[in-house]
Amino acid sequence: MDSVLSEDPVALKILVAGGFGVGKTTLVGSISEIKPLRTEEVLSDRGIGVDDLDGVEAKSTTTVAMDFGRITIRDGLVVYLFGTPGQERFWFMWDELSHGALGAVVIADTRRLTDCFPSVDYFEQRGTPFVVAVNCFDGAAQHSVDDVRIALDLEDDVPVLLCDVRRRTSAKEVMITLVEHSLRTLASAN
Amino acid sequence: MSDSPQWFDEEAGPIVRPYALIRGRTHSSGDTFDLVATVRVIGDPPDELGPELQLILRAARNPISVADLAVEIDLPVGVVRVMLGDLRDNGLISVTSPSAGGARSNERILKEVINGLRAL
Ligand SMILES: Nc1nc2c(ncn2[C@@H]2O[C@H](COP(=O)(O)OP(=O)(O)OP(=O)(O)O)[C@@H](O)[C@H]2O)c(=O)[nH]1
Ligand SMILES: [Mg+2]
Repeated sequence: MDSVLSEDPVALKILVAGGFGVGKTTLVGSISEIKPLRTEEVLSDRGIGVDDLDGVEAKSTTTVAMDFGRITIRDGLVVYLFGTPGQERFWFMWDELSHGALGAVVIADTRRLTDCFPSVDYFEQRGTPFVVAVNCFDGAAQHSVDDVRIALDLEDDVPVLLCDVRRRTSAKEVMITLVEHSLRTLASAN
Repeated sequence: MSDSPQWFDEEAGPIVRPYALIRGRTHSSGDTFDLVATVRVIGDPPDELGPELQLILRAARNPISVADLAVEIDLPVGVVRVMLGDLRDNGLISVTSPSAGGARSNERILKEVINGLRAL
């Protein structure tokens, strides 16, 4: 068993964030084999009344399903994708996930752009490299990436791109854009 | 989008059993295990080990991440962490955390990832 232990697999984390129904699960599923990962949420007073908790008031923990995807780059190099609900009360998961994360994809829907504000704020504050992927739902008014950039008040270096999360090629482009951005962020920090 | 928040289990049932497994504990030495930390078996299991712990050891015969392990044995991550903490404290497994920012700060690896994604 000599050098075996030094060959630790490299595991990279990418977060997929954004508002309700914006396409997080679809994006993770388009590019990887997706599995639900169960984690626990301690129900605080904040959560009560926000969601329909009829009949489960007595419970102090509940399980929360995260989208969990895995892309094997090669033997020993794996990218893990975690899709998490965007509401503030799920930030306890984000804190853990963003620790050492390669970066994050914030999915935006131009019809409800404000839904992604908390995600953008969060990653800006954490210093996590992120890209904004504008999911073009059918019939949604097309906005230019510049409009989105201005509306979200993004730093110039944050990539914004249009995508269709249902298409694998589009999902791939989003991921590549993020990793390239992380690489640039890294290079400029050195 | 479905009307009901899909991340709530419909029943309390599945939640009770996992916590019974770890005797109601929600904290242990395993609390800090990263979701992508690598678990590997390093010791011989004693005979009297409970079935769930044996399940973990079997799933970790080849190195496996904490998240993959939780999916594989179909238990919530928090429960799995408590069990992993016990196994680690008993010298049966090792859990190697990815060094924070370590891989993120490795340009060669990121370039490899970009090329790997392009080739998908
Ligand atoms: N027409 C169209 N439908 C889409 C697109 N992206 C996602 N959808 C659909 O929108 C719905 C919501 O997508 P999800 O991927 O479940 O969104 P989510 O962000 O995971 O949703 P929550 O987890 O409930 O917050 C699904 O029915 C998708 O099929 C798109 O680009 N165009
Ligand atoms: Mg979803």
